[in-house]
Amino acid sequence: MSVKYTEEHEWITVAGDVATVGITQHAAEQLGDVVFVDLPAIGKKVEKGKDAAVVESVKAASDVYSPITGEIVEVNSAIVDEPSKVNSDPEGTAWFMKIRIADTSELDGMMNKAAYEKFLNK
Amino acid sequence: MSEIALKRTSLYEEHVKLGGKMVPFAGYEMPVQYPTGIMAEHNWTREHAGLFDVSHMGQCFIESRSEYETVARALEKIVPADLHGLSPRQQRYSQLLAPDGGVLDDLMITRPDYDGHPGLLWIVVNASRKDHDFAHFRKHLPSDLEFHEAPELSLMALQGPKAEQVMSALAPEFAQLKFMGHGKGTISGVDVHVSRSGYTGEDGFEISVDAKAAPRLWATLLSDAEVKPIGLGARDSLRLEAGLCLYGHELDEPISPVEADLVWSIGKRRRTEGGFIGAERVLKELAEGPKRKRVGIKPEGRAPAREGTTVQDMTGRFIGTVTSGGFGPTVNGPVAMGYVETASSMPGTPVQLIVRDKTLPATIVKLPFVPNRFKR
Repeated sequence: MSVKYTEEHEWITVAGDVATVGITQHAAEQLGDVVFVDLPAIGKKVEKGKDAAVVESVKAASDVYSPITGEIVEVNSAIVDEPSKVNSDPEGTAWFMKIRIADTSELDGMMNKAAYEKFLNK
Repeated sequence: MSEIALKRTSLYEEHVKLGGKMVPFAGYEMPVQYPTGIMAEHNWTREHAGLFDVSHMGQCFIESRSEYETVARALEKIVPADLHGLSPRQQRYSQLLAPDGGVLDDLMITRPDYDGHPGLLWIVVNASRKDHDFAHFRKHLPSDLEFHEAPELSLMALQGPKAEQVMSALAPEFAQLKFMGHGKGTISGVDVHVSRSGYTGEDGFEISVDAKAAPRLWATLLSDAEVKPIGLGARDSLRLEAGLCLYGHELDEPISPVEADLVWSIGKRRRTEGGFIGAERVLKELAEGPKRKRVGIKPEGRAPAREGTTVQDMTGRFIGTVTSGGFGPTVNGPVAMGYVETASSMPGTPVQLIVRDKTLPATIVKLPFVPNRFKR
């Protein structure tokens, strides 16, 4: 499946019933140098639009919202150990978490890349 | 949101050309960072030399037409610094205090000693407080003194271990200044007033210059390969690591200079004589000790503790609050300052911080986090 994007600047890809979630290049650039990442515990239930993780830059802390309702099945400890990966490869190796999707209909209405880029330029 | 008319410094165009990310700060559009980012700018300043536009700060002059003692006597009534003991061509750090001893602002006072102007003081106050402070001066200074604001002046800071070398190449006489010394002269043909001071904990200079000539001087300084422009983001992380107060955070109207651990800036004579606005509380706290104190706080682990974070003792009792907190690039970890009850303010005291409902261990530490490298 192709990458989808949210207005909160998260990206999501789906394989089977598991979504991989991260923050967009734009979000990473806006944050600046990421120095700390706090990820949810495996098994935690997350809700679409509610905070799931925290990312901190030198200047400020920001919540990362879950784009989808479900259960955390895996988190990327590599970005906890090396937060700067979020700046260098936000839409690749620096994914945040994998979520077992509760309701796939929540994917409807998310933006594709072209729509997200249009949204950014609004 | 309604549009607020933001002011621009004389260097606005330079920041835009350099790719500065402009943000509102104290009523001005200022660069929070340039394309390299806060971390790189912070590290560059610690290793080379950073150039900061601080023209948003409030510059003004107070002058007695007769003699220095007149202006010193008048200003000593509103600041706790020893100004009679301030030598020509020297600078001093002080605070404006409210009648209840709270800090209204902190400021730099310089005695330039220009020919024909023996009673002149040059003062620099915080951008966010300049309207307040200028009104305060007008209200409290006697009418035989002249007071004037200097919006025609810009201010830039050159900071870092290579600042002296950069200055030597352009204007060797300023490289001879010692920490908190002041002089006037020219840099590449531009008239400047220079002091050896700053807000990063590094050696460096602050340069006051006519706004019209500021872009030319900025370009001259940047033409040295050791110098890069640095935004407000790194200015904040540098001063936090250096243990320096920021008004609105470590300093504010309820806080006294004794609580803020600024007793060193109160003249020895003045600690016994008083005679300044707010002296009653200051002298009482000097005698009895303050109830709370500004301290350094080192969180364990990697999570920064931001401004407003609750500080508890090890039994979970509230003992204070973080006033500035973030990530220190040179420390390579989280750093914070805050106020805690005096009983818990000794370096080495274990405390806990409440960050996002989690209890994080931390330790009270001696400031600064990074040793100052002033050229004394």
